[in-house]
Amino acid sequence: MSLQTDLMVLLPELILAIGAMALLLAGAIGGERTTPAINWAAITLLLVSGAATVIGPDHAMAFHNAFIADGFSRFAKLLIVSGAALSILLADEFFSGLNVSRFELPVLMLLASLGMMLMVSSASFLSLYMGLELQSLALYVLASFNRDHLRSTEAGLKYFVLGALASGMMLYGISLVYGFTGSTAFAVIAAVTHGGAGLGVVFGLVFLIAGLAFKVSAVPFHMWTPDVYEGAPTPVTAYFATAAKVAALCLFLRAILTPFPDMIHQWRQIIVFISVLSMALGAIAAIGQSNIKRLMAYSSIGHMGYALLGLAAGTALGARGVLIYLAIYVFTNLGVFACIQAMRRNGKAVETISDLAGLARTDIKLAAVFAMLFISLAGVPPLAGFFAKWYVFAAAIQAGLIVPSVIGVLSSTIGLVYYLKVVKVMFFDEPAPAFDPVSGIGSKFILALSAVVALLFVVGASPVITAADAAAKALLP
Amino acid sequence: MNLPLLSLCTFVPLIGAALVLLLPRPAAARWIALGTTLAVFGLSLLVWARFDPSNPGFQLVEKLDWLGGGISYHMGVDGISMLFVVLTAGLMPFCIAASWESVENRVAEYMVAFLVLETMMIGVFCALDLVLFYVLFEGGLIPMFLIIGVWGGKRRVYASFKFFLYTFAGSVLMLLAIMSMYWYSGTTDIAALLNGVHFPAAMQTWLWLAFFASFAVKMPMWPVHTWLPDAHVEAPTAGSVILAGILLKMGGYGFLRFSLPMFPSATEMFAPLVFSMSIIAIIYTSLVALAQEDMKKLIAYSSVAHMGFVTMGIFTLTHQGVEGGIFQMLSHGVVSGALFLCVGVVYDRLHTREIAAYGGLVNRMPLYAACFMVFTLANVGLPGTSGFVGEFLTMLGAFLHNSWIAIFAATGVILSAAYALFLYRRIIFGALVKPALKTMQDLTAREIAILAPLVVITIALGVYPQPVFSVTTPAVAKLIHDNKTALALDHAPKVAAVQKRAGQ
Repeated sequence: MSLQTDLMVLLPELILAIGAMALLLAGAIGGERTTPAINWAAITLLLVSGAATVIGPDHAMAFHNAFIADGFSRFAKLLIVSGAALSILLADEFFSGLNVSRFELPVLMLLASLGMMLMVSSASFLSLYMGLELQSLALYVLASFNRDHLRSTEAGLKYFVLGALASGMMLYGISLVYGFTGSTAFAVIAAVTHGGAGLGVVFGLVFLIAGLAFKVSAVPFHMWTPDVYEGAPTPVTAYFATAAKVAALCLFLRAILTPFPDMIHQWRQIIVFISVLSMALGAIAAIGQSNIKRLMAYSSIGHMGYALLGLAAGTALGARGVLIYLAIYVFTNLGVFACIQAMRRNGKAVETISDLAGLARTDIKLAAVFAMLFISLAGVPPLAGFFAKWYVFAAAIQAGLIVPSVIGVLSSTIGLVYYLKVVKVMFFDEPAPAFDPVSGIGSKFILALSAVVALLFVVGASPVITAADAAAKALLP
Repeated sequence: MNLPLLSLCTFVPLIGAALVLLLPRPAAARWIALGTTLAVFGLSLLVWARFDPSNPGFQLVEKLDWLGGGISYHMGVDGISMLFVVLTAGLMPFCIAASWESVENRVAEYMVAFLVLETMMIGVFCALDLVLFYVLFEGGLIPMFLIIGVWGGKRRVYASFKFFLYTFAGSVLMLLAIMSMYWYSGTTDIAALLNGVHFPAAMQTWLWLAFFASFAVKMPMWPVHTWLPDAHVEAPTAGSVILAGILLKMGGYGFLRFSLPMFPSATEMFAPLVFSMSIIAIIYTSLVALAQEDMKKLIAYSSVAHMGFVTMGIFTLTHQGVEGGIFQMLSHGVVSGALFLCVGVVYDRLHTREIAAYGGLVNRMPLYAACFMVFTLANVGLPGTSGFVGEFLTMLGAFLHNSWIAIFAATGVILSAAYALFLYRRIIFGALVKPALKTMQDLTAREIAILAPLVVITIALGVYPQPVFSVTTPAVAKLIHDNKTALALDHAPKVAAVQKRAGQ
């Protein structure tokens, strides 16, 4: 295969890589006043890259089978570019409101997105690790982007230290797998582990899963999440909660299902374990939170638990469930963070749940969208979140995971408490002083989009399901 | 002309809700909501007119692709569900009218919540797909949660959370059961599941329990009934009417639609459990009702007792019992709704529901006393009112099944007379001594317009219940027949084994 065909397979990534470098130069030369232009250029780049993904090949390998572009990576990449583009849209308004606008933010988000796209396209542990580190390094900087703010720097540092530890563990796991199977390519490992594998591979697998669990913030590797969610600027948190989660979870799917399909009995117990713990901890720990961003952090831990249940099923149906889950989760979360970003009083951001008191009286539209998204996250039909859970749990039931499913639905009932608590504060309580009206066109767009997704998924679900089905079948033929 | 009547009934309220959102002034919102609910009621009567009572199968069927993979948008009614559609559509205009003056703030939102709720409720009774059913069954929680929480009384937050969490917790297990059924049979189509899918007996046990968890909470059966008194007390009048009139009926409907025909051997196995729970509900909650100081709470407990008769009747699996259960649900929908409306009438004037605050109202409000009398007697089950028919038939069914059950249930009849008449005496009779009551006005024209039709229906159904039975009888006959055939199938291996042993 020639270099040219290899490059064509990675066209969406190339667009982002070259574009990000060009924008970095433009920003360095033009200074801070170019930031709005760079924001919009970054969004355009992401959209172009998304378009390139859509028209890309249905199945192609590149660079000696290190990268793969298939239906699965396409689905994931589209979610990643959506999450990234809309997060930059939020950031544009967020930072112009603060009168600090730095062109590095969109560039870093582009680089992180590039890493994510490489992650979901990797077909070997080496390319996987490269993509993962590119993403992580950009994310460490993003987490501490508000560098004059104590919380933000703390978040960045914490994320960096724990993230480095997790990367180290993962690398150790990869080296064990490499040592015992003789390859880093997923296809070769799958062939070697076909019909059983030695203890060394199992050890490697455990370390690998630990590292991956850190990236998706699954219990017991979740400790960084609340601090980073709280400390990072809201648009960055939105990015963490959407694009980063999609990439990490899709990577998780690919790195477990493709190289180790025959070791399902070894890894399934671990996945079920972290999934059940995440669901339960996410539901219980969120109840006591008073900061809305910390609450969203625990909520995301819980949601990763539900999604991991789809992985534990180990079937194409399970992978389909995870993809549908992620698609709904991305748009719901973007809407929630747009709502959180709209929580500003006299130009100052407020973040506690009690600040939302009586929002239904002061700004019914915002309150209605916020409540709808929260109830959707809780998984109450007929909103989109219910269908996310339906497909994951249905796959888990089909795979015979009855007990984890029962624990899952019961935790979703417990989780309902804290979602409803926020709805209660907004609708039942006496009003607090009103927020500044939502003025930005970007925020309005995201709010409307997320509301439409949450409300109308029930009627327009079937194209998403068909697409996710095709993507899952590409992963697990 | 082939109108999609059931879809119209279900989704016209949503159109009304959209209109209210476009014209959110209170007066406009009220009239739009009333017009919409009346239109839906008209449509539901059209459903009744088009309905062919001699056909026990599903009618007015609509089917569209929805999620794919055997999950479709499938609507239809049979003799069991059709009258619930009419009941729901019929009660809604009363709810809107009853809230005309008593709801003053956030009127547009209130009407939207009710209209969305109507969509969900009508949809539940029309849905012929398990996923669709579940979506609508649970979807009703959100508007009801808001109705209790925003427009409710002092402890509204507690009551709304309790309501939501109880029902949601019950239902999630049913969701898992639906998934198991889906993977076993490859479809969630209710009509297909009823005709030709037979679950193994061991699986039935679990499925039955999961469905029971949901319906028992919704019904509500003792001991998971505790959310109901709280929800009733705190909900605004119209919310209570809907809760008692429709939402409780979803549990009974669920038993009839799913538990009996789909899990026959589990139904047979668990029937004693249901009977025990029903009898405890009948006797215990009647006693609890006797001790209540709050009018709404008393009626709420009496609802639990009446639902006990329903579950008892349904699980006797006799023709009388099942039909009595259906009739009792319909009658209770009207009567308890009317009772809550009666409470609302005096609550709007005095703003208290405490029984002790009233007394001697007959002197100032003779018309009110007369209406309240009719509904109280119907609640007691006096012959000539609709309450009698259902109660009598369920007891007859119970007697046929096992006379002990009927004997225990009969004590509930006496107790219900005690608490209902006791309530009536304390509110209506006696000397009019309390100063606040001396200026009470009798029913206004609006209130007469609300209560008079309900009085007529209550008595008409009591004297001539045939219109209901002509609809339900063929469907109930089919239900019982299907149940027995499927049961025979479950017993077949055992019978064969016995015969084999005998032959050796």
